[in-house]
Amino acid sequence: MKLPIYMDNHATTPLDPRVLDAMMPYLTNQFGNAASRNHSFGWEAEEAVENARKQIAKLVGATAREVIFTSGATESNNLALKGVAEMYAERGNHIITAATEHKATLDTTKRLEKHGCRITYLPVQQDGLVDLDMLRESITGKTVLVSIMYANNEIGVLQPIREIGKICRERGVLLHTDATQAVGKVPVNVNDDNIDIMSMSAHKMYGPKGVGALYVRRKNPRVQLTSQMDGGGHERGMRSGTLNVPGIVGLGKACELCGAEMAEESKRLRALRDKLRAKLEAELDELYINGTMEHRLPNNLNISFAYVEGESLLMGINDVAVSSGSACTSATLEPSYVLKALGAGDDIAHSSIRFGIGRFNTEEEVDYVAQKVTQVVKKLRELSPLYEMVKEGIDLSKVQWTTH
Amino acid sequence: MAYSDKVLDHYNNPRNVGSLDKSQPNVGTGIVGAPECGDVMKLQVQVNEQTGIIEEAKFKTFGCGSAIASSSLATEWLKGKTVDEALAIKNTEIVNELSLPPVKIHCSVLAEDAIKAAINDYKQKAGTKAPETTAQKA
Repeated sequence: MKLPIYMDNHATTPLDPRVLDAMMPYLTNQFGNAASRNHSFGWEAEEAVENARKQIAKLVGATAREVIFTSGATESNNLALKGVAEMYAERGNHIITAATEHKATLDTTKRLEKHGCRITYLPVQQDGLVDLDMLRESITGKTVLVSIMYANNEIGVLQPIREIGKICRERGVLLHTDATQAVGKVPVNVNDDNIDIMSMSAHKMYGPKGVGALYVRRKNPRVQLTSQMDGGGHERGMRSGTLNVPGIVGLGKACELCGAEMAEESKRLRALRDKLRAKLEAELDELYINGTMEHRLPNNLNISFAYVEGESLLMGINDVAVSSGSACTSATLEPSYVLKALGAGDDIAHSSIRFGIGRFNTEEEVDYVAQKVTQVVKKLRELSPLYEMVKEGIDLSKVQWTTH
Repeated sequence: MAYSDKVLDHYNNPRNVGSLDKSQPNVGTGIVGAPECGDVMKLQVQVNEQTGIIEEAKFKTFGCGSAIASSSLATEWLKGKTVDEALAIKNTEIVNELSLPPVKIHCSVLAEDAIKAAINDYKQKAGTKAPETTAQKA
């Protein structure tokens, strides 16, 4: 076993060597511009791009022509939200999203608010899922788009996208889903799931960074987007810019591998995730799982170790790469807004750790991580005045704290 | 974020972890911070009532590594000091000793507050009131 152990696969995933092999020719000899129409260099590049388009489409049940290449999920989310808001401005200006979306969605809707859009931020229930009745009630005659993520990047919960899509269809509203964490991990099908627009990213599924895609439905309904970047009119006019051929080839290959191996891989990851959870729960008390376990990515575990602060825990397990919702680990010095949205209280957010198990993690690594986390949590609880107070029978919610 | 060697040392080998009997007349207890803010420090001093010298200091901290290190260092500095010398400890000295980055200065402020709270508690018990907290907020 090699240290450090990488178990932060919701942040990014390592490149699968098979993906790198597929990309290599396009980083070296086959360097052509896919838009060059009059020589073999261009034709080769174009063929590779079209092959990737098919591989991506196959994984999500789309047709190749519905796949638009972008620089990643952030750009895809921007293009989906801004593109719809602009294209359908005459029809309405209302967009519905959720409080636990990724910042690539929330920061985009914030900007749209400044430009005259009205945005509804649906709260989530304690399990992390949106309330379908609340969604139904939020749709008005002015609503043009619902944007709800498929799987959450922190707590891994899977939103009921199929049902959300059904509601959107009934009401004639478009559905965009940020499926960055879901595609390649769980079965996603744009037709079965009633999805009109969908964001994807390569580096979350063992592909390279800097490349992603946006699925844009062409039939029933035909979705149109106003492009957000002017240029040569690539990608059916929706996204100008010379195509990142090696990246696109990598994304295509990554999708092909995920499609071929998903059933087996998700079974293996689920077993590892459940083992990690069982080992921690056998050794430690006062653990809180954030978000529902029932509707969740197989490789995600988000646990709060009560009375232990997240950053100090990360410091103790410094040969294991995971992340925390603690304020001290965020650039804003605010605890995770996703965990806060679950209504569990800031202290739970400060104590949270996100484990993201990936394709290259082994059972031995999971055992090591479980043992190491247990050891450090025990040590930090020895140091924790809160754990001591609770053990003395003090109700922490009744204590007069000196907030600062 | 990279931690300084001194922060790592205090985190890995925290000094004076534990609790003193807070019902004793010569033990002062300070608890500062709040769980929802992500840090709570409990700092205790045991004072020799004849000499006014702090004989024992203990801490327990819920917080990041820098908060743990700040309170651990504080207990080291407190031992052997008189009560009034202890009150003169400034958070900036903790910042310098541990090479805390700007985002961690609040940890040192909290440690200074904890010292003052513990000494105040002791002085209150002993019948004299110490000045209010004067920690420099970063």
